[in-house]
Amino acid sequence: MVSRHNLSHAFEIKGGDFGKAGCVSLEIKEILRDLGIDPAIVRRAAIAAYEAEMNVVMYAESGKVVLRLNPKVIRITLEDQGPGIHDIEMAMQEGYTTATDQMREMGFGAGMGLPNIKKNADRFELKSKVGKGTSYNIIIHLNPEGGT
Amino acid sequence: MTLREVVERLGLRALTSDVAGDAEVTGGYTGDLLSDVMANGRPGNIWITMQTHQNILAVAKIKDLAGIVLVNSRRPDKETVWKADKENVTVLGTNESAFRLSGRLYRLLEDP
Repeated sequence: MVSRHNLSHAFEIKGGDFGKAGCVSLEIKEILRDLGIDPAIVRRAAIAAYEAEMNVVMYAESGKVVLRLNPKVIRITLEDQGPGIHDIEMAMQEGYTTATDQMREMGFGAGMGLPNIKKNADRFELKSKVGKGTSYNIIIHLNPEGGT
Repeated sequence: MTLREVVERLGLRALTSDVAGDAEVTGGYTGDLLSDVMANGRPGNIWITMQTHQNILAVAKIKDLAGIVLVNSRRPDKETVWKADKENVTVLGTNESAFRLSGRLYRLLEDP
């Protein structure tokens, strides 16, 4: 097993590229799985990463994801160059969406993305500046109790 | 029950070249909203849907689903087939509706 210390991987996401959508999350999943991390924890991290990745694909110009790992936590940060979120509290509510009709026809824009991140993360911080972009800080504990 | 058995008993068509027949089917989830399946599908589930585009594959892989069934005779997009083969996701098809197939799968898994 590879050492879990000091692992850091960076990924780029291109906005609007539905053909590659999900690739970064799948890569994150593979990296974590190959480290021998509990599949349920790997899945939670991958779901949170996927929802953040899809937000970049749907709304932003581009995004940069960094996956970091230490013996205690998985940390996924994402910063995008995008329109930003006007009302974070509203955006966190299940069912709220600003997706276009075309996205909804594809089954996106259910208004569950951010709530899904929150549900799967042990800690989730979201910051946004309208007209600039949004940043995500997702933390998942490696031990199920979530101890420090 | 394995995916192979489910495919045989429900008469599902393989739309990709490989069927991960040994996968254990734990249940099913029916829906066309990707984030809903992300939130509420369970590992080993068969996902019953009418979405045919390539983005369904990432959902299946991230959630460790047993396979995807496209209902109402829907055909997968060309990229979906190509990518599913590459990434070993089983995509199946049926002429039946989501309602009917869900009912049959439920009955099969409850009372094999």
